Amino acid sequence: MATPKPRVKVPAKATKGEVITIKTLISHDMESGQRKDKDGKPIPRKIINRFTCTFNGQPVFACDMAPAISANPYLEFTAKVMESGTFTFTWVDDDGSVYTADNTIAVQ
Amino acid sequence: MILTRRRALALSAGATTLAVLGFAPGRPQAATEAVDQALKAFTGGAAPVSGRIVLDAPEIAENGNTVPVSVSVESPMTADDHVAAVMFLAEGNPTPAVATFHFTPLSGTAVATTRIRLARTQNVIAIAKMSNGAVFMDTKQVKVTIGGCGG
Repeated sequence: MATPKPRVKVPAKATKGEVITIKTLISHDMESGQRKDKDGKPIPRKIINRFTCTFNGQPVFACDMAPAISANPYLEFTAKVMESGTFTFTWVDDDGSVYTADNTIAVQ
Repeated sequence: MILTRRRALALSAGATTLAVLGFAPGRPQAATEAVDQALKAFTGGAAPVSGRIVLDAPEIAENGNTVPVSVSVESPMTADDHVAAVMFLAEGNPTPAVATFHFTPLSGTAVATTRIRLARTQNVIAIAKMSNGAVFMDTKQVKVTIGGCGG
């Protein structure tokens, strides 16, 4: 599988104290470990097991995921912004790889 | 009553309907235990009550591979009083754990959406844990046309 590619939607601008909606998606098979290949051998589990979102280093939202999360895990959540800054998103894979994305927001 | 061909057909159709309607998907014992265990581990023994949390899921999911579910919990989301976490459980999946959302006061609201896999028609449970330890729960049945666990 190609390297998982994160896609994140964060508004470019917001007013102080506004609650914004953030949408994230990452391309990933989320192999559940329940499926079997042609020869009947189980395909080993390989999923993204944790997602975190921080704003200027402060935790905003996190999610622990089990194999019951669909392929290409999609998450939509909110954040309250009081100042301009950077959202950092991280996805942790079962094999230890970490995928990250950054988004800045300007607050008037 | 003479059993004509037409009547016989109608009768058998009725019987089939009854059989289908009468079939309630029973919870297997092992799954119930796993759900109870997960609940206990999450709540720390507090009894969940209904209210404040709303779980939104489709009544009928044609494809069990991607079922959109969202949750919203009523809360002021301040440092003293906010939703700490929301856990999703799917009773009828091989393993009931689905996801746990962790919120902070910076989240602004305790509203989130994701897409999950459901193996068959079953109840989806959402449990919210507040920062003060209170626990709220909502359940919704989702009818699944094509299961989403491969095989």
